[in-house]
Amino acid sequence: MIKAILIFNNHGKPRLSKFYEHYSEDTEQQIIRETFHLVSKRDENVCNFLEGGMLIGGSENKLIYRHYATLYFVFCVDSSESELGILDLIQVFVETLDKCFENVCELDLIFHVDKVHNILAEMVMGGMVLETNMNEIITQVDAQNKMEKSEFSSFFSLYRRLSFSLPGRTGRHRLVLQVPLLVPCLP
Amino acid sequence: MALKIVKGSIDRMFDKNLQDLVRGIRNHKEDEAKYISTCIDEIKQELKQDNIAVKANAVCKLTYLQMLGYDVSWAAFNIVEVMSSSKFTYKRIGYLAASQCFHESTDVIMLTTNQIRKDLSSPNQYDTGVALTGLSCFVTPDLARDLANDIMTLMSHTKPYIRKKAVLIMYKVFLKYPESLRPAFPRLKEKLEDPDPGVQSAAVNVICELARRNPKNYLSLAPLFFKLMTSSTNNWVLIKIIKLFGALTPLEPRLGKKLIEPLTNLIHSTSAMSLLYECVNTVIAVLISLSSGMPNHSASIQLCVQKLRILIEDSDQNLKYLGLLAMSKILKTHPKSVQSHKDLILQCLDDKDESIRLRALDLLYGMVSKKNLMEIVKKLMLHVDKAEGTTYRDELLTKIIDICSQSNYQYITNFEWYISILVELTRLEGTRHGHLIASQMLDVAIRVKAIRAFAVAQMATLLDNAHLLTGNTQRNGICEVLYAAAWICGEFSEHLEDPLSTLEAMLRPKVATLPGHIQAVYVQNAAKLFATVLRGQEGAPADRTVAQETSQLLIDRLPLFVQSANLEVQERASCILQLVKYIQKLQQKDVEVAEEVTALFAGELNPVAPKAQKKVPVPEGLDLDAWINEPPSESESEDEGRKPKGKAVFAKEESKHTKPRYTEVDEKELAKRREVRKAEQANNPFYIKASPSSQKVYQDGVGVEHIPVVQIDLSVPLKVPDQYVKLEEERRQKDKADKKKKDKKKRREKGEKGRRRKGDSGPESEEDITPAHMVDITTEEMPENALPSDDDEKDPNDPHKALDIDLDKPLADSEKKLPVRTHRPDEVLRSPVDDGEGVEVVPELKKKSGKEKKDKKKDKDRKKSKEEKKKKKHKHEEGENLMGAGSEVPVQSEDSNEVAAPPPATTTNEASDLDFWLSNAPVPSNPQEAAKVSEAPSASTPEAVSGMAVVPPDSEPEEAKDTEPEDTKSSKHKKKKQKKEKEEKEKKKKKKHHHHHHHSDGAGDESVQNGNVEEEEPLPPMSNYALLAENSYIKMMCDIQGNLQDGSQVVVSVIFENKCDSFIKAMEFNVLDSLNSKLQRPEGAGPHDGLTVPFQLPPGISNEARFVFSVQSIVMPQKLKGTLTFIVKTDDSSTHEKLDFKLHFTCTSYLITTPCYSDAYAKLLESGDLKGSSLKLEGVSQPFHHLLARICFHHHFSVVERIGSCASMYSRSIQGHHVCLLVKTADQTVSIDAKCDEPGLLGNVLDEIKLTFSQC
Repeated sequence: MIKAILIFNNHGKPRLSKFYEHYSEDTEQQIIRETFHLVSKRDENVCNFLEGGMLIGGSENKLIYRHYATLYFVFCVDSSESELGILDLIQVFVETLDKCFENVCELDLIFHVDKVHNILAEMVMGGMVLETNMNEIITQVDAQNKMEKSEFSSFFSLYRRLSFSLPGRTGRHRLVLQVPLLVPCLP
Repeated sequence: MALKIVKGSIDRMFDKNLQDLVRGIRNHKEDEAKYISTCIDEIKQELKQDNIAVKANAVCKLTYLQMLGYDVSWAAFNIVEVMSSSKFTYKRIGYLAASQCFHESTDVIMLTTNQIRKDLSSPNQYDTGVALTGLSCFVTPDLARDLANDIMTLMSHTKPYIRKKAVLIMYKVFLKYPESLRPAFPRLKEKLEDPDPGVQSAAVNVICELARRNPKNYLSLAPLFFKLMTSSTNNWVLIKIIKLFGALTPLEPRLGKKLIEPLTNLIHSTSAMSLLYECVNTVIAVLISLSSGMPNHSASIQLCVQKLRILIEDSDQNLKYLGLLAMSKILKTHPKSVQSHKDLILQCLDDKDESIRLRALDLLYGMVSKKNLMEIVKKLMLHVDKAEGTTYRDELLTKIIDICSQSNYQYITNFEWYISILVELTRLEGTRHGHLIASQMLDVAIRVKAIRAFAVAQMATLLDNAHLLTGNTQRNGICEVLYAAAWICGEFSEHLEDPLSTLEAMLRPKVATLPGHIQAVYVQNAAKLFATVLRGQEGAPADRTVAQETSQLLIDRLPLFVQSANLEVQERASCILQLVKYIQKLQQKDVEVAEEVTALFAGELNPVAPKAQKKVPVPEGLDLDAWINEPPSESESEDEGRKPKGKAVFAKEESKHTKPRYTEVDEKELAKRREVRKAEQANNPFYIKASPSSQKVYQDGVGVEHIPVVQIDLSVPLKVPDQYVKLEEERRQKDKADKKKKDKKKRREKGEKGRRRKGDSGPESEEDITPAHMVDITTEEMPENALPSDDDEKDPNDPHKALDIDLDKPLADSEKKLPVRTHRPDEVLRSPVDDGEGVEVVPELKKKSGKEKKDKKKDKDRKKSKEEKKKKKHKHEEGENLMGAGSEVPVQSEDSNEVAAPPPATTTNEASDLDFWLSNAPVPSNPQEAAKVSEAPSASTPEAVSGMAVVPPDSEPEEAKDTEPEDTKSSKHKKKKQKKEKEEKEKKKKKKHHHHHHHSDGAGDESVQNGNVEEEEPLPPMSNYALLAENSYIKMMCDIQGNLQDGSQVVVSVIFENKCDSFIKAMEFNVLDSLNSKLQRPEGAGPHDGLTVPFQLPPGISNEARFVFSVQSIVMPQKLKGTLTFIVKTDDSSTHEKLDFKLHFTCTSYLITTPCYSDAYAKLLESGDLKGSSLKLEGVSQPFHHLLARICFHHHFSVVERIGSCASMYSRSIQGHHVCLLVKTADQTVSIDAKCDEPGLLGNVLDEIKLTFSQC
């Protein structure tokens, strides 16, 4: 089971948090802070697993993370998940984001956290891996976005166009996706 | 109205949307909180509007704020409103918000039930999907109960997208509503073979998750998973399954044996590291579960260790980490194989990566020996110095202590060294583990007598330097060691060189800043020291002033503690203060008081085992649940504490002895009380007396001269451990020299030691290192007559505990629907073939075994279970166990019955027969594979004893012959028995029980399910393997089943049994194809070529092979002629032989037991697509449930519903024809009304049913 999925940037600002067990808002923030504290002080070329310790449910759990450019993607999982499998899942997740947002960068996650949630929902459901095939994920996400568009009259679409064109795409730095694949990808 | 909407929309344009909010927050870095609070106010306004779009926008923003840590639960109702919007866009926003902030105690959740149900059944798959996703995050027990049925229906949705989500969410439903597990499980299992890989993977996911918590309930799925494992190419699925097997093998060692080969193959072949790693892990689990008896056992370990070494040496830190992790698992059972890689692991301790260092530390734990302990700890101490970050340092600290203290300090040869290590560790700043060090100090000082003098000296130094430790008192836990130091100095004060100065150190004003419980110990032990000082000085009357000065010191300093806020400190201090004042008075009168004061603390304290209290046996005649007084009347109170509990009773017992408190007690009274208490204690069985036993033995048994003595200058203050290492080296040298002289005596000593220390099993060379101190470690005291008990109590709050449900029991009618509304007593169908799970099983081979006699007794009080059937029986037992119908039928008539057996009954899935599956070499499901697969070296170990069919490895037929003489002898016997298997089905079930004892203790908990069968008349025995052909050399039994996956295939499983004393090899199976049915041959083979049977048969052995036939029409029954050719090889000659047979494909064999829910069944009948036919059977005298069971078993039907003497049944053909039966019985007449969409098929099936009943 995946217990939580956290995305935060190099300064510990949360960009997405998904807890599959309930915690109070304060606890959640504390977990994010602690996780950031643990993860951020690690060198680039150390292993991507961390024993969770006090976090979420104790010693049975592990933190598995990857660091892409300005963002950390952290999965907190228990012993039933394969460590290397989750690493690959993170890679699939990021690559999917890259496809959906076209060269994803931190700003996309900042302004469209709801979309990121929707993409994530097609991959992981209630803490269990739902789909690992990137094309399948993208197909479903696209189909839903299409449906969303079709629900709006022209008036609304005007509004939407206004609202969606706002965040400027200047000065953004791409997430480096060419992180060398450390392990052979799962199919 | 329209205008209003437009106006509202225009207004909306001026609302902030999520992007505006985010931007706003980014622009207000300085006053973020203030900005957000204004935003929340705006959101509250927006939520008050009628426009759902505005609300949705507001909720969307709230979701973002929730992520930033703001509580948004106040908007829960608005979230529900947005969820119920008809627009997908808003609905999705609503569900997302709900999934982020709803939880079990959100009260509005109960309003959502109907909305969610509506969304689940929405025609739009994404509405359903979004609802499922949301629900997976906030499902509550109520929601789970109310929606379980809806979700179960979705598991069979046409869209794989919905199916996979529905399957996954079932896990959450099970957790919240465990009652749903059993009814839903058959369908879940079905999904393992779903055509869509996503759904399949989801089902694997859920079952693995379930099985991880309660593995024993899922053992029966092993064959199915095995099949998936060998056929799947999806690494995600493979990893899950392999992980699952890792959890299952400890329960069923035979499973492990079966797994080793395919896993080893995967290890060799896969390129995916993740898969390789999981395979290695599971192989390790298998090897752990097989304590011995694997021929290539060590080879497998070597393979694993070797692969792991490659991982550890990899430059990828992730692999290194995982390699170490897996290595530590091997370490537990095969420390030797790991110890040879010590170099590698020590190297990892220097890794820059903390996670890797931690893993390496774990491994070190198992690698220490007497020889290298000091070296390893020295290395660790260096790391402690270097370590940055308290977590890692703390971890190092605990590891050092763990390593040293493991198995009762087994590896410590010099306790002075250990004490100095502990003292050294107290210098760590900011560690959390002060109490750990403290408890080690206490433990060592109490249990190792010889070390006390040294320990006391060290502790006194610690106390003297207490200010170093308490520099930043409150926040660091290291001051805990002062607790130990004070106690040790006080308790063993006779060893103190200068008790007075230590006393002075303990009464410094700074002490008052320590935590209360430590102060309390200080005060108490100050009194002990006081007693020692007095005694030391009274001998010399000249120093009387010193004694009085000491009293004065106490009187001066103690008031500080009397003022303490801590009650314990206050109480002790005031008590002791008064005592000292009194003593001072006496001293002024020149009265000798030392004796009396010392008597206050007389007696020795012994360590008590932590479980001692729990193990106190309940005295005979004491009923803990009985009322002591008349219970108060119900109305008086609803206090839950009314019932006395076991523990409470003992606690009270103890409290009897506590004396009432006085602030002032005079000496006499104290002494008197002490006497009384001693007397009481002497009579009290619960009081642990200072038993001289262990220590005495130690002192008397080993002469003092044999205790190796170390010359150490005790006055040396805090020492560097190195000194001790050197000293220890010297000592060892000296010992070695001495050893030659005292060889004889030494040996005696060793014997002594061996007895006292458990698990002292180091290699021979280690034994040479004699410990510097004998360790009085063995006995932590236990109450007399302590009850042996295992207290691995499970956490009662574990949600998974509720899911410990037997899934193999067939579903009772009442369970088929969810939620369980009604119960139909007595209508539980006792057919073993109900849902395809409990399918009857093929007894294959039985052997005589002497052991069975012993088992007979067990038989009598056995419980029964049906998850597995066994294949052994014994004539003796038959007589005893026969019950009901079975015993009435003479063996002879059964025999003839068998010959004219009804069409071979088949099972829908081989999974049901776990034992059968486990006892055989893996048989590939089609001949192509069969031809390729070399024969699996199946185990021939414990099975032989209990009579399992055994396939010895190809390569060693001779050996097999030797190891199993019993088999050969009993082969003829077997043949006869096989015919009788029918009548013995009942008994098999029973015997199965002790069969369990043979093979797996883990599977001990069996269901009582079949107990009911006994009460009524037992079912008539049934078998699904029918005789195909036999001659004097070989016998063929066969079973024909439709192939679930492929509508045009039929699988024929043939059991070949060697009946002669010679070796049978080169078997070739050939069938003359008809137009309709063809044997599937490997590519390139001609249409008339035979198929090689992929194994050979030593005498008396049987094995199973499967052959796949493709059929076009399934409407008519068919017969195919075939021949088996083989070579019989005796010692001096070999002959070609052949055996002709006729394969009979009945229409029944095209049917597959398929569970059907009554609602679907009703729909099917209503649809009008089915054509009817009917059948009347006269003179059927068997009970109705037997009749049903027969139809289920022989003809692959399942009962949909049964009411009284009427039942509806269902089955499906491999090509998807529905067959429905309505069976009624009255006065020995059975009428069957049948409906099917293929009348030809139906007619034939009915004919076959008729035939079945005409034969019984």
